[in-house]
Amino acid sequence: MTRGQKIEEKVFKSLMIFATYFILAILAIIIYSIFEKGIKSVSWEMLTQIPKGGYYYGKGGGILNAILGSLALATGASVLAFVIGLPVALYLNVFLIRHKKVIDVIRFLLDLVWGIPSIVYGAFGFSLMIFFGLQTSLLAGILTVTLFILPIMIRSMDEILRTVPVGLQEAAYSLGSNKSEIAFKIFTRQSFSGIITAVLLSFGRGIGDAAAVLFTAGYTDHLPNGLLEPVATLPLSIFFQLSSPVPEVQNRAYASALVLTLIILIVSLFSRGLGKRYHKTKINF
Amino acid sequence: MYLLNRKQRHAVNYTWMIISLLLVAFLPFLLFLGLYIKSVLLLDDYSLVDLIFSRTWKPSSGQFGFYPFIVGSVWVTLVAMLITAPVCLLTAIYVTQYTRKYFLRIMHPAIDILAGIPSVVYGLWGILVIVPFISQYLGPWMGVKTMGYSILAASFVLSIMIIPFVLNILIEIFRSIPMELKEAALSLGATQWQTIKHVLIKKALPGIIAAFGFGLARAFGETMAVLMVVGNVVRLPKSVFDPGYTLPALIANNYGEMMSIPKYDSALMFAALLLLAVSLFFNLVMHFFIVRYNKF
Repeated sequence: MTRGQKIEEKVFKSLMIFATYFILAILAIIIYSIFEKGIKSVSWEMLTQIPKGGYYYGKGGGILNAILGSLALATGASVLAFVIGLPVALYLNVFLIRHKKVIDVIRFLLDLVWGIPSIVYGAFGFSLMIFFGLQTSLLAGILTVTLFILPIMIRSMDEILRTVPVGLQEAAYSLGSNKSEIAFKIFTRQSFSGIITAVLLSFGRGIGDAAAVLFTAGYTDHLPNGLLEPVATLPLSIFFQLSSPVPEVQNRAYASALVLTLIILIVSLFSRGLGKRYHKTKINF
Repeated sequence: MYLLNRKQRHAVNYTWMIISLLLVAFLPFLLFLGLYIKSVLLLDDYSLVDLIFSRTWKPSSGQFGFYPFIVGSVWVTLVAMLITAPVCLLTAIYVTQYTRKYFLRIMHPAIDILAGIPSVVYGLWGILVIVPFISQYLGPWMGVKTMGYSILAASFVLSIMIIPFVLNILIEIFRSIPMELKEAALSLGATQWQTIKHVLIKKALPGIIAAFGFGLARAFGETMAVLMVVGNVVRLPKSVFDPGYTLPALIANNYGEMMSIPKYDSALMFAALLLLAVSLFFNLVMHFFIVRYNKF
């Protein structure tokens, strides 16, 4: 090895170490600055009250409307996406197992849809709303977010269901089960933890996205009280509060960001924990 | 015990599956059609070339030139990729080739957290940290006067946002390269870095390109974080320190008033259609790179 090669080796290795720790450092800085700014303005009042008159000029109130709105919206969308997504993922892995080409095409379509930016879903949802004569509402928001998280949910379930061994399927067939029984009774049980993870992952995506709900869910200072009423969401409340010139309102935006980040972190921790816990129902090969 | 017998239950489940599958399979076409129908009003009056290359954006007088937004989007995306690409490539090589297994167990949660942070929070972080950094330190240091809200700020925030996405694909790709290939190169006397440079990267090249392409497509459509730090000025940027405007930001900023000006809604839907087309095109092309990679 010549001297030049040795230097090259050293240089690139240090660059790699630098890149890796750069990513970790950026993550630390992000988490730190969100916590440091947010923790000062978080208060019990903020979490439990809706905005009062003059809230956007720095007067009292909180963001309960946005917290509940976001939870309602993301829950609704996750449930709906689950109802549509689970059968698709099961169909791919149980019914189409012998048709590799068809599976590949569908997976490819799903990956395409996954890559579409959420603002496009927002615009599409908006044009659907106009078409059906709907107002901005919780329902329109749920439908749009459902479309947006559907490919994420299906592909993550699909990745889990793929790992179910063929032997299990064959054993079930030999005992006389039909395909849908195998799908809903065997596959769902065997990949239970993975399915929960997929749902929680999609929930996290749904609750954090602003662009899809910007046009469709609207915004309101009241608590959500019906599917056809507009609803406030946390990402939008952060966005609106941040664009205010009043410092107190901006501080509340930091606090809201902390709340949103915490919700997402808790959901992702929860999904890891659940994944470990429900390994019991799984048959190990 | 059950309302329906086995056969009927099977039929119900089967229909449910097929309906869901059809809905999902037609989703990209539905999206395209829905947006196309809305933007056809604009496409009837203006030619596609005019819309894309015209520079004046005055919706109130019926002038819809998307060129500044397209240029803004391209700048932001490319500069973001310039940051993300080397960082991700180096990190992926480092964690798969140089470190022990436990290090990946630290990296994975870190990547997951980065991926989970919502884009509004990234935008807020950009305003808190990146924008002041550029206006107070980087700008004066480079001898430029800048507000901080600029192409560069948007690119930097964006580059962090797509790191988890690109890095995950790259790590998968480097892990899927067979050990024998590496062993063969090492046994012939190549050093570790030579092996990486001449064997691993060569082998993984289609996959690496695909990872960058997917990242690019993702970056192009990112809305909120970019919107919050890019400055939103309709003007052709001359340097990365200038403010700009991107296509997604255009849609998000103007949804409120789009019903009040004629053809404005069509114009915004056309912007969405453009985004959709770019995203589909990139993902399509990159998919073939991945297929090629898997064939080796």
